[in-house]
Amino acid sequence: MPEENDDILEQVTSSEYKYGFVTDIESDDAPKGLNEDIVRFISAKKHEPEWMLEWRLKAYRHWLTMEQPQWANVTFPPIDFQDIIYYSAPKQKIAPNSLDEIDPELRKTFEKLGISLNEQKRLTGVAVDAVIDSVSIATTFKEELAELGIIFCSMSEAVQEHPELIKKYLGSVVPATDNYFTALNSAVFSDGSFCYIPAGVRCPMELSTYFRINAANTGQFERTLIVAEAGSYVSYLEGCTAPMRDENQLHAAVVEILAAEKAEVKYSTVQNWYPGDKDGKGGIYNFVTKRGICQGDHSKISWTQVETGSSITWKYPSVVLKGDHSVGEFYSVAVTNNHQQADTGTKMIHIGKNTRSRIVSKGISAGMSNNSYRGLVQVGRNASHARNFSQCDSLLLGDKCGAHTFPYIEVKNNTGIVEHEATTSKIGEDQIFYCNQRGIDTETAVALIINGFAKEVMNQLPMEFAVEAQKLLAISLEGSVG
Amino acid sequence: MSNLIHTRLEENFRASNPAQGPLSDFSARSWADFQTYGIPPVKHEEWKYARVSALFRDDLQLPISIPAVTAADIDAHRLPGHETATELVFINGHFVPSLSTIRHAETDLMIAPLSEAAAGADAAFIAANLGHSAAYHPDGIQALNGAFAGAGVFIRARRGKQIEQPVYIYLISDSRTGFIFSQPRSLVHVEAGAALQIAEHYITLGGQESFTNEVFELVAEQNALVDYYKIQHEGSTANHVGTTHIRQTGKCVTNAVTISLSGALVRNNLNMIMESEHGESHMYGLSLLNGKTLVDNHTIVDNVKPHCFSNELYKAIMDEESTGVFNGKIFVRKDAQKTNAYQSNKNILVGERSAANTKPQLEIFADDVKCSHGCTIGRLDEESLFYLRARGLSEQNARSLLLHAFAVDILDKIKWEPLRQHVDALISERLQFEI
Amino acid sequence: MLKIENLHAGIEEKEILKGINLEIKAGEVHAIMGPNGSGKSTLASVLAGRDQFEVTEGSVSFMGKDLLDMAPEERAREGMFLAFQYPVEIPGVSTTNFIKTAVNETRKHRGEEPLDAVSFLKLMKEKMKLVQIDQALLSRSLNEGFSGGEKKRNEIFQMAMLEPKLAILDETDSGLDIDALRIVANGVNQYRNSENAFLLVTHYQRLLDYIVPDYVHVLYNGRIVRSGTKELALELEAKGYDFIKNEVDAISQD
Repeated sequence: MPEENDDILEQVTSSEYKYGFVTDIESDDAPKGLNEDIVRFISAKKHEPEWMLEWRLKAYRHWLTMEQPQWANVTFPPIDFQDIIYYSAPKQKIAPNSLDEIDPELRKTFEKLGISLNEQKRLTGVAVDAVIDSVSIATTFKEELAELGIIFCSMSEAVQEHPELIKKYLGSVVPATDNYFTALNSAVFSDGSFCYIPAGVRCPMELSTYFRINAANTGQFERTLIVAEAGSYVSYLEGCTAPMRDENQLHAAVVEILAAEKAEVKYSTVQNWYPGDKDGKGGIYNFVTKRGICQGDHSKISWTQVETGSSITWKYPSVVLKGDHSVGEFYSVAVTNNHQQADTGTKMIHIGKNTRSRIVSKGISAGMSNNSYRGLVQVGRNASHARNFSQCDSLLLGDKCGAHTFPYIEVKNNTGIVEHEATTSKIGEDQIFYCNQRGIDTETAVALIINGFAKEVMNQLPMEFAVEAQKLLAISLEGSVG
Repeated sequence: MSNLIHTRLEENFRASNPAQGPLSDFSARSWADFQTYGIPPVKHEEWKYARVSALFRDDLQLPISIPAVTAADIDAHRLPGHETATELVFINGHFVPSLSTIRHAETDLMIAPLSEAAAGADAAFIAANLGHSAAYHPDGIQALNGAFAGAGVFIRARRGKQIEQPVYIYLISDSRTGFIFSQPRSLVHVEAGAALQIAEHYITLGGQESFTNEVFELVAEQNALVDYYKIQHEGSTANHVGTTHIRQTGKCVTNAVTISLSGALVRNNLNMIMESEHGESHMYGLSLLNGKTLVDNHTIVDNVKPHCFSNELYKAIMDEESTGVFNGKIFVRKDAQKTNAYQSNKNILVGERSAANTKPQLEIFADDVKCSHGCTIGRLDEESLFYLRARGLSEQNARSLLLHAFAVDILDKIKWEPLRQHVDALISERLQFEI
Repeated sequence: MLKIENLHAGIEEKEILKGINLEIKAGEVHAIMGPNGSGKSTLASVLAGRDQFEVTEGSVSFMGKDLLDMAPEERAREGMFLAFQYPVEIPGVSTTNFIKTAVNETRKHRGEEPLDAVSFLKLMKEKMKLVQIDQALLSRSLNEGFSGGEKKRNEIFQMAMLEPKLAILDETDSGLDIDALRIVANGVNQYRNSENAFLLVTHYQRLLDYIVPDYVHVLYNGRIVRSGTKELALELEAKGYDFIKNEVDAISQD
């Protein structure tokens, strides 16, 4: 722990975005722009069956009829969708048959990011699917998991190997037509992870996908699909970084989760896409649709997110509580600094009886940034005895940032109980002085107070993620107080 | 909105707005805004639940002339304590001096038709303040009222006058001849050091449908003390959209209490604009609803200057198939450091088909602030109910007692005793509860 | 150890301290007494470096260094401790974690290795006995929901953990019942030795029954108007502050 403190301190005082390097590797790109041929190109690259191509084309045609949305609390110039490369795969000399054959350059890249693709070196029980730009390059521990009947592989592989599951579940929680970016994603998604936990199986290790954007001018459009059959359990982690580039890059992902009766899925994200520089130049537009459905009775889906990166974040991990006695949770820390904009929150849709949901959102704004919580709690006419509790707190550091809360609550059943609390405050001068008097400098004091503010959410993260996330908080806010 | 209704609105506008009138510029501007915005469509974020567009039906009658209403018609609706109060009467959106009774001395309180005041010494004040609310409501409903502002009233509480007796404003829709559309407008000036209590009371004569679209603007200066009460108990066929816009131009205290007891579609906008340091405002609301009534309370506290304090508490009880909506916005501008703003919204769903939609909203651009909001939606506490029944109360009486207890801290904010008693009696009657 | 010379300080134009002179040597316990508004707490705050007070004149040296030149955390790391009259609450930050950070920052400043978890816990257990503080309290958020007595005990506990050279106790006795006062005083007495020093800021003589001072100073209207030994405190207790006020006011009228 003392060493850790030193680490934090050092990083706090010296840090810049430390994942901003570029891997020098040749890539196989699609031509810029978007049309039906590009959709066909991507599908062909992946040797997809006809039904998959049709699915994509249908989404693409629908997308053409839609308009780019205008959102209340984020502003950015309209995106030129013809100026994006929709497929970019790092060229590997040979197609790797085993983890040992991965291009050393790529292996080095992931090692630099702290992700080991080496199964022997496993310190913690985490299986990783590593996605770079448009393709998955490696998935670890596949065999071990397969013994339990767990499928954990890239989406491309799943389309080939498990077409019946993909046909059944892809787009069943987030239909292609859901919104502008889901339609786009459905047309051009390149890779992502698929995991399937059979009935009654408790996944023995954390499953994780690490997303990395490397190539310039590309967009990343990945899909994650998690299916947890009756009585199963899985904890899933997602991490993301990108190089520092002056132009904005688009990341429009879709995550779908299905939980059958008594199944439990815990999904944790540490989102650290490149946020742009101090003047707001560059950074990732992170427009993501994440939704889970508690299909069966007594099922549970829990979202935890630590959002520190991206120049613009727009996402609302949601839970549709369809099964009776199902539970939805959302724990979020969103930090914005410099010119970042975040508009994030959740939707809890109570349909089944005795459903429960809990929302804990902690927003921290610094610099010139804007941080919004936007959420919806809906209790349907038949959702008797539904229960929701929401807590949304905002902390302001500096006088040029903004904190906003937009909680929508709609209740149509008189047996439900919904409670919402929100506060906005700043770090008190007297708190800082008290810390100073005990020999703690202001920067450390702020880190201490912020970690305290965000603790309720951090506690939800798996251990190895929590330490990383805590450092990330301090780093993201470096230089914002004083 | 059909072409027919639009054409009739336009005819009406032309007929009511003489080109030379002192308010013609304002009306023309508002009319142009109305043309730009149109009636808020169903998908309009601010009008998501209050679907006013459905009210602009072809049978909506626009009041060209003032119908014959007698003082006797009004008698049954007068508020208690009216014998010593100033009573101002609007019929179908027109201020009618002949039916109004001014019981305050002219040296304390000035009352004049808005168009008359705008033609005299107050032209500059009115030009500067009339329509200040428009920026907060960029929509066709607000603009449409402005186009007909000429029929409104101007009220001034004079400097330093502590006016004890209240001003009652009766806003009457005479629906005896059909679905009537009224657009009353008021501008109130509470000068430095003055204290004033105003109550607005809405009445529909006849019992056919009515639709009132009101804008009430008030400017409070240094050390003013304002108590504003809005009482709605118009019956299930009355529709209402009203904006109460209170501006603090000096350090002062302004209180508003909004009571909604019946109506078809009711939308109350209440704005507190804190333009001076150390201002203080309190906003309270109580909705006690049944039938298919929908009451939508939208409030805005705009903290423009630092060191202001605002407190907001809205409570609602929804029975049968009624719906309560609450949308509370707190804005804290860049310079408004040390703002303290509190907001709380509590709802009890009684009816099996009742609903509550709430959206408390904080938008904060200054860092040294303390703001909080909370809201709850639920039913009566079963434990309390059981406790009372275990002490021998009937279930009905136990329920009534608890609901009354829920409502009472809003009632207590009505400082004018006769009015408080009146509202309490209405609520007790509704709850079938013997005090 | 501490030398204050002609110290003038105030807040927004208003002068509160009007020329304080005071010297504290290692091993000494000084008490500053005075009526409300005399400047006692201001003196404590200025010494700890609270930035709303502006020093307009004079100097303060601490362990031979210019105290006024140092940031609050440097003063703390150099060995100055202020037990706050109103300790602040910091939600979410556990008391243990907070103290550990503080201890290790100070050790780092002294060029010492940070304490590992085991030694830290050992140290903590030892010091906990000093003020009879409960483990459960230390795992809660810093001062959040603590009673007045618990907050004050926590202050003395932190003092014991940080081992300062000079501890300033700002009205530490206020709001304490007699049992709590005894515990707090006992903690202070056990920590007291020939290497360190104390400055007790108090309104009442009561605390001085338990922590016996070597010197007592009376602060009135921003100046030390009388200094003496512990008997002065008893005299004040017996006669009240009015006799000092009258005496001083009479002189200033001359």
